[in-house]
Amino acid sequence: MRKAVLFVLVVLAALVTYRVANRRFNLPIQPAQPSAPDLSLTDLNGDPIHTSSYRGKILLVNFWAAWCVPCRQEIPEFISLQEKYPGKVQIIGISLDDNESELRKFYKTQRINYPIVQGNLKIADAYGGILGLPTTYIIDAQGRIRGHQVGSTNFSKLDQQIKGLLP
Amino acid sequence: MQPQELATLLKSSKAPKPLVFYVGPEIFYRQAHIPGAEFLGPDARPEGVEKLHNRAATLPRSSFIVIYCGCCPWSHCPNIHPAYDELKKMGFSKVRVLFLETSFGTNWADKGFPVQKGS
Repeated sequence: MRKAVLFVLVVLAALVTYRVANRRFNLPIQPAQPSAPDLSLTDLNGDPIHTSSYRGKILLVNFWAAWCVPCRQEIPEFISLQEKYPGKVQIIGISLDDNESELRKFYKTQRINYPIVQGNLKIADAYGGILGLPTTYIIDAQGRIRGHQVGSTNFSKLDQQIKGLLP
Repeated sequence: MQPQELATLLKSSKAPKPLVFYVGPEIFYRQAHIPGAEFLGPDARPEGVEKLHNRAATLPRSSFIVIYCGCCPWSHCPNIHPAYDELKKMGFSKVRVLFLETSFGTNWADKGFPVQKGS
């Protein structure tokens, strides 16, 4: 009985360590990854978003803020990516702005072709903590996290990852 | 100041402990911050600078203060420069800035340095 309990504890510890390590570090695409959280959100236009409804597509979740210069600089690149892979890739921008009116003001000046959501602590926690912007997660068509980048996004690398995950 | 240097200072029982001020957005502080760091709000905004000014006004100008943010890459942080400038303007001589090149997560938390959650 003791051995069985010990075995279960060791397996659990290994799983937790693996999950945390994969979320916190920039890792290349790997065969098995944790599932992305299923979130029900509302975008800035008032439209509901259920992340689980994007299964079958590659999902890019970009955490950003309007006050964050490198985040703003990346927006045209994300717009281009959304245009490049219609029906195959879906981008969601999750803003960690603490001032929603500033976010909305900025949003109105852009022609963003993917949904933008006002983020919060709960959403950040669901992704294992977002401790710096920009941070972008890449999630495969089965809803598994396949990697993430913290800091200015390397779009060439991201595009390669997308191509590697396309069916 | 490099993260390792601050972590060593905070861990040491002999070295004088600095006051650590966090000058970035609250959502990051609430997820994880340096234990003992005081939240003073983002100094990119005048109200953040005012809060820092009011907090520092009560301190001797010889106080050892470390400020940090790590909200985004160092080269683009909107908060560190206004905070540093304000403290220098007030006459503080021992102000250091924690160098977080990519983010607080990458250069502090992921390195295994201590963090505290909550407000």
